[in-house]
Amino acid sequence: MSGSSGGIAVEPPVAAAPPSGDPGVLRRNAVAIGFLAPAAFLLLVMVIYPTIYTIIRSFFGKNAHEGFLPSGSFAGLDNYKALFTTSVLVTAIKNSAIWILVAPAAVTAIGLVFAVLTERIRWSVAFKTVVFMPMAISLFATGVIWHLMYLKDPSQGAVNAAILAVKSWVSPPGALSTASPSTPALTGSPQSGYVLQKPISAGSTAPMGLTAIPPTDVPSGAKQVAAPQPKQGAITGVVWRDFKPGGGVVGKPEQGELGLPGVHVKLINSSGKVLQNATTADDGSFTFDKVGGGTFKTGIAASTFAAPFGGISWLGSQLITPSVIIAYIWVWAGFSMVVIGAGLAAISREVLEAARTDGASEWQVFRRVTVPMLAPVLSVVFITMLINVLKVFDIVISIAPGSSQSDAAVIAVQMWRQSFGGVNDFGLGSAIAVFLFLLVIPILLLNVRRFRREV
Amino acid sequence: MATAEADAGPIVVADPSERTVAKVTRAAGKLPLNIFLAFVAVLWLIPTIGLFLTSLLSPTDYISNGWWKIFSNPSLATFNNYSNVWNGTDIPTSLRITAEIAIGGTILPIIAASLAGYAFAWIEFPGRDWLFVFVIALLVVPLQMALIPVFHLYNVFHLYDTIAGLIIFHTAFGLPFAIFLLRNFFIGIPKDILESARIDGASEMRIFLKLILPLGLPAIASLAIFQFLWTWNDLLVALVMARNTTPITVDIFSQLRQFGSNIDIIAPASFMSLIIPLLVFFSFQRYFVQGLLAGSVK
Repeated sequence: MSGSSGGIAVEPPVAAAPPSGDPGVLRRNAVAIGFLAPAAFLLLVMVIYPTIYTIIRSFFGKNAHEGFLPSGSFAGLDNYKALFTTSVLVTAIKNSAIWILVAPAAVTAIGLVFAVLTERIRWSVAFKTVVFMPMAISLFATGVIWHLMYLKDPSQGAVNAAILAVKSWVSPPGALSTASPSTPALTGSPQSGYVLQKPISAGSTAPMGLTAIPPTDVPSGAKQVAAPQPKQGAITGVVWRDFKPGGGVVGKPEQGELGLPGVHVKLINSSGKVLQNATTADDGSFTFDKVGGGTFKTGIAASTFAAPFGGISWLGSQLITPSVIIAYIWVWAGFSMVVIGAGLAAISREVLEAARTDGASEWQVFRRVTVPMLAPVLSVVFITMLINVLKVFDIVISIAPGSSQSDAAVIAVQMWRQSFGGVNDFGLGSAIAVFLFLLVIPILLLNVRRFRREV
Repeated sequence: MATAEADAGPIVVADPSERTVAKVTRAAGKLPLNIFLAFVAVLWLIPTIGLFLTSLLSPTDYISNGWWKIFSNPSLATFNNYSNVWNGTDIPTSLRITAEIAIGGTILPIIAASLAGYAFAWIEFPGRDWLFVFVIALLVVPLQMALIPVFHLYNVFHLYDTIAGLIIFHTAFGLPFAIFLLRNFFIGIPKDILESARIDGASEMRIFLKLILPLGLPAIASLAIFQFLWTWNDLLVALVMARNTTPITVDIFSQLRQFGSNIDIIAPASFMSLIIPLLVFFSFQRYFVQGLLAGSVK
């Protein structure tokens, strides 16, 4: 190649080489047309014409005739009115707004943090590969993956399993969550608590036996149970583990059975109102003093039986949008990290080192030097994510189960749903598509302006 | 800009040797950071591993066991689901269709876009810059704008529910990005090389084939990976433009309705659908990153 370039010196100056006469220009253009033709044809037929068609179609009703251009059943702005008044579509617009506000900023911020932090470790290649990998996975498969992660039952969904593990480590679930009454005298349910049904009055005792408590669940510090002693003007009682290996009498505190400390007990009057609360001692005993006349009931509060964590409903209608956004961040953080990382590598080391030598802390270097110098890259990532978020589709419909589909839907999902997913209203579908298009137009203008500045 | 970035290495962009000194001095306080990032890395791996391990659980084991139980009880793992999916469902056919769409949808836009990219970069013609600005504008047009009219077009021209139809759609919507990327790369090729070839009397087509394509190979490789992953992973276009000739994403999607009862099909099929993209990703990560950096305005 370098050999042939030597010829330039002998030839006339390069600038004069392309002949400026008319036949030359035509010939040149013919060549250009030839090179552009395949792409131009495809873009005209598949992108430009359809875009115009969709814009026009959005002003026609559901039953318009689809020809080269739509005709019949002109609907004016009806489809656009429907877009902002139909409740499922309003939900979709709100959801898209949440996406726009949260996802691009979160992805950019997380990518920035990862990019800065990975600069300081030795295994940054491995880390980047791991975080970047979801980019290769389809958003659809990502949806399947995260649907599995989000399953409600902690024995199936990994997210809830992790929460359960942390929860039972920090505060173990109600120690007696599995307990049930040892005799039918005590009635109720774990949700409402148990009540000793026999009405009693001052001076009586209330033995409340529980069973089905595994030895591991017995609270530490539990002591041998003692049968409650009647006391003047008071109601005394005991809560104990009414079980001893090898048998024993049910309903009677015996030698070898343990009292249950820390159980919340309550005193209820005849109309069901809670008058007093108490907590059992180490031997399971409790006393309600100064109960006065009349009959009462005693019971064990529901908190004692607090059911173990049943799982957060990530896929339910309340949390579905945040859940999908988290999955989306999982995919795109790698993109953001890599692009910002490349920008970071381009920042001169001297500038950073100079700031450090001047005594700036790492945080100050990050805030005052790194971030401002990265501003152009950050805005590229942010804008890329913004466009991407508007078109988000696959991940939403594959994570959300049927029951929360309409709570999760965003604009792009409803465009498909209204046009092809059963409703088959191409007029409304077109209006939704045009709305989507209008949202990206500012970004389009931004791109064009940036390019024109470069040229 | 594109050429500078195209020369950048794989994911590690910075040269570590420069900072070795600084690294050693700060090594002591780095343990918490290393632990934190290791935690993040594990967090990022868990979902994919979870899908894979779920795909190894028999339907009966799945009901009572989370996939993590396989770590403590490896005997739960079985490849039966995979053999059932492979022998008893249409998934192998959809994988073949997916591959055909992805290969066609990668080659066609590369051909059309490299021709156009060359014209935009190196052939003078009136209105060239304006036309290119127009292509940049097309970059962000949502493909939702085309679904309805192309659906009708395909019905008229018998392209509905065909592999060709899907390939053409992906080609057209891949073109703006492809042209943008390639034109920006081609324009960085030294002018002397082209001018001297022209002076030597080479035709534009010859220059394109013998000079531009070989020199543009890095950018073409990036583009190929992008386009391949994009078409392989597509759901929306196939959902609208096909009914029976469907790629694997659509097949799994139609299974999703009964999520839970047929997880033994969904999980292995989903994992099968992402093996090829992951292989492509790991083999060509370098080009993937380059393309990303060159084209991240999309």
